[in-house]
Amino acid sequence: MPSPEMKKNAAGRMVPVDINGQTAVPYQGVGKYRPTGNRAAPRIATSIDYPESGNKVVPDLKTALKEAGIRDGMTISSHHHLRNGDFVANAVFDAAAELGVKDLRWFPSASFPCHAPIIEHMKNGVVHHIEGSMNGPLGAYCSEGKMRGMGVLRSHGGRYQAVQDGDVHIDIAIIAAPTADPFGNAHGLTGPAACGLLGFALADSQYADRVIVVTDNLIEFPCIPWQIQGNYVDFVTTMDAIGDSSKIVSGTTQITKSPDRLRIAEMTARFVKEAGIMREGFSFQGGAGGTSLSFAIYLMEMMREAGIKARFVRGGSTKYLTRMLEEGLTDYILDGQTFDLEGVRSMRENPGHVNTSPFTSYNWHGKGNFASMLDCVVLGATEVDVNFNANVVTHSDGRLLHGIGGWQNCLFSKCTILPIPAFRDRIPVIVDKVTTLVGPGELIDVIVTERGIAINPLREDLLAAVHGKGLPVRTIQELKAEIDDLVGGAPKPPELEEKIVAAIKWVDGTVIDCVRQVKG
Amino acid sequence: MGAVGQAGRRGDRVRSDCWVAVSPRESGGITISLKSKVESMYGDSIRKLIKDGLGVLGVGHADVEIEDAGALPFVIAARLEAAVKRVLPDTVAEFLPEAKPFTKYGTTRDRFRRSRLYLPGDQSKLMLNAGLHGPDAVILDLEDSVAPSEKDAARCVVRNALRTVDFFGAERMVRINQLPVGLDDLNYIVPHNVHLILIPKVESPEQVVAVHDRIEELRKEHGVEDEIYLMPIVESALGCWRAYEIAAASPSVVALAIGLEDYTADIGTQRTNKGRESFWARSQVVNGARAAGVQAIDTVFSDVTDMEGLMESVLEAKSLGFDGKGCIHPRQIEVVHRGFAPKEKEIDKAKGIVLAFEKAEAEGLGVVSLGSKMIDPPVVKRALRTVDMAMRSGLLREDWREGGADNA
Repeated sequence: MPSPEMKKNAAGRMVPVDINGQTAVPYQGVGKYRPTGNRAAPRIATSIDYPESGNKVVPDLKTALKEAGIRDGMTISSHHHLRNGDFVANAVFDAAAELGVKDLRWFPSASFPCHAPIIEHMKNGVVHHIEGSMNGPLGAYCSEGKMRGMGVLRSHGGRYQAVQDGDVHIDIAIIAAPTADPFGNAHGLTGPAACGLLGFALADSQYADRVIVVTDNLIEFPCIPWQIQGNYVDFVTTMDAIGDSSKIVSGTTQITKSPDRLRIAEMTARFVKEAGIMREGFSFQGGAGGTSLSFAIYLMEMMREAGIKARFVRGGSTKYLTRMLEEGLTDYILDGQTFDLEGVRSMRENPGHVNTSPFTSYNWHGKGNFASMLDCVVLGATEVDVNFNANVVTHSDGRLLHGIGGWQNCLFSKCTILPIPAFRDRIPVIVDKVTTLVGPGELIDVIVTERGIAINPLREDLLAAVHGKGLPVRTIQELKAEIDDLVGGAPKPPELEEKIVAAIKWVDGTVIDCVRQVKG
Repeated sequence: MGAVGQAGRRGDRVRSDCWVAVSPRESGGITISLKSKVESMYGDSIRKLIKDGLGVLGVGHADVEIEDAGALPFVIAARLEAAVKRVLPDTVAEFLPEAKPFTKYGTTRDRFRRSRLYLPGDQSKLMLNAGLHGPDAVILDLEDSVAPSEKDAARCVVRNALRTVDFFGAERMVRINQLPVGLDDLNYIVPHNVHLILIPKVESPEQVVAVHDRIEELRKEHGVEDEIYLMPIVESALGCWRAYEIAAASPSVVALAIGLEDYTADIGTQRTNKGRESFWARSQVVNGARAAGVQAIDTVFSDVTDMEGLMESVLEAKSLGFDGKGCIHPRQIEVVHRGFAPKEKEIDKAKGIVLAFEKAEAEGLGVVSLGSKMIDPPVVKRALRTVDMAMRSGLLREDWREGGADNA
């Protein structure tokens, strides 16, 4: 494949202007790109084409795909609420292979190591390429330049945006549903594969030409609550099991035991307190990573001591956030996904535990979204550079290893904090220039490492707020120099091939950077 | 196939370490085969380090095989040296990493030794951030945490760590092996700004003297100016019985510690949480130490998940007269410091004495008095320490003199 035409974007990165035959707009800066015109509209359906009985059940996935009119080159979407326990996506492409279909574009909201069998379908031509996060074996396959098309990585909000402005037209959406009725109403609260909610499938249900609900817990109409509305759904079918529940939600989420990570988590919580972010009625978002969980636990302790209550917290929910809600330390959990069984239970039972979607939380084409309303958000990163630009998709050797998730969208919070170790084994996390630019430095406010806290010089208010509070505030250059000295000098930048294997989209649909093939 | 010297660790679960195999040859120069997780970033620098190291160690011809899982340069250097010395035992040269300026701070005889964090001498990963957790001291351990087959390799790691790792102001301690092996450990340790040597399983003053004398020889040989202090650990009935003699055996001794695991076995019983079986021994150590004018340091608390049990144990140690406690996990440090921190009443009393002392000094008086009471110098000294510790523990503001009686 010849190298596509490249342009320098506003971040100084060379990016392709043609992705898989579609024109792409180079990144123009934060808040600069405003597409105009009208949104892409879904296919017009007519109710008389559907059974009056409301029964849309077909015998199996293969029949559903056939009836949905699957053919070569179509875009098939799926969601990742079943995480690493998902059986459905693999079954879809197995069925497509049996039907002899080729060159499909897979558009998942995220992929997991359990989707490694899709590699076979890329080799045998059923799947052309993936547009979605690629972790584990799929990330390696893409990084090594083996995928036919160019991968496209989008944030959760960017995925909604891409569907809405027509960047990605979904031909067939597959919605794995832990519970559903024959009409297609579905939710994730109960059933053997209960995952809590189905927010990541919302855009797919609304905009795809055909929507197939796949469940292993078909109940009589009505399925309440209808997190996915049956009125969008064309077909309902069943599988013996849609997922492995032990890999969908963990029985218990583990907090980190690493003393360094605990230190980072505690310092992050102290920062939130000392900077005055922790005040009556505030809000925050944390994830399910060990450091992030421990941060929430430390913060909870500080809130208790100070008698302070949050108005809302954003999940990924876990038993720890659930405990906050039940203890009255927050009025609401506005949840994007549940990470453990306690989270699922709480969402089922507690009216204060509310399900959200990328539309409510992250969408660029929404009339506002929740992300910018948060007082602070705590996120991870693989690398940060001295200008606070951050990378979350590749490692320092250039390998694609993680998806973007809601990460880019969350950067719009009032205070974005990255609690990260200063180095991993020998690899420094603070670098001169990130391998892949995913988050612009102007949106990243604070880096908390075990060796000190670096505050973005743009945030003079935060610098002033924590001055004299006994926190180890240092410049990012100081931290970098200290680590480079420890690890024996800054690492050599990776040598990469010319070929571009994936494009990284910014939240507005422009191309912020791209990933090149690693040397084999 | 000639002889091969191997050192280090390899396998899927190894991180931040490496495995080195050296096969010396008669001719043909150096060939290096490297498999590294950080090849693209540090491959060239690793090869250069290996070449430089072999030069320093006097190996001109060899096949070298390395499996690296992100080891830092000082660790690779230590593994290489150990591998070379295993296959060429007559090698005397050392492959020393450059000593970093931040390793060169000093210590004092009676500094606080509330917490001392044990770090296994053969596991560099745990050393890197140890100082960040704020222990009063770190102990690079060559004794019980190192397998008998790895003693030589651990010496290289510990020596290199003393030269390159920032312990952020913590007192730099090394626990050597039981004598006589421990005396040989000193060769690797004494020239590299070690502050204090822990001597395990001491049962006689002669053992302390032997270590002291060997240290003095090495100090002269290497031009080490700063005194190196000693902390004997008594871990047997005999050791406890002779606590005073051991503590007073050398002017370099600054503290006497007790180790209870071996002690309880020695007296034919088991360690309990209540610790009645060790009450005599602990008191004996406190009194022996005090009689010799040195600090008394308690054993470790071995359940790293039980913070409440740890706190009880610390408070008990404090009430028995101990000045500090061993830590085997960084999370224990904060609890230990909190436990040894003075109580509000103690602080208030100490503040009064310190103010009286400062007033007496300013007025050139030889005698300190508070109200109608004369204050003896040891009481003044103790009050100064209490105030110092209260400030370190965040219980008293640095500017308490101006701020009146307000505690932080």
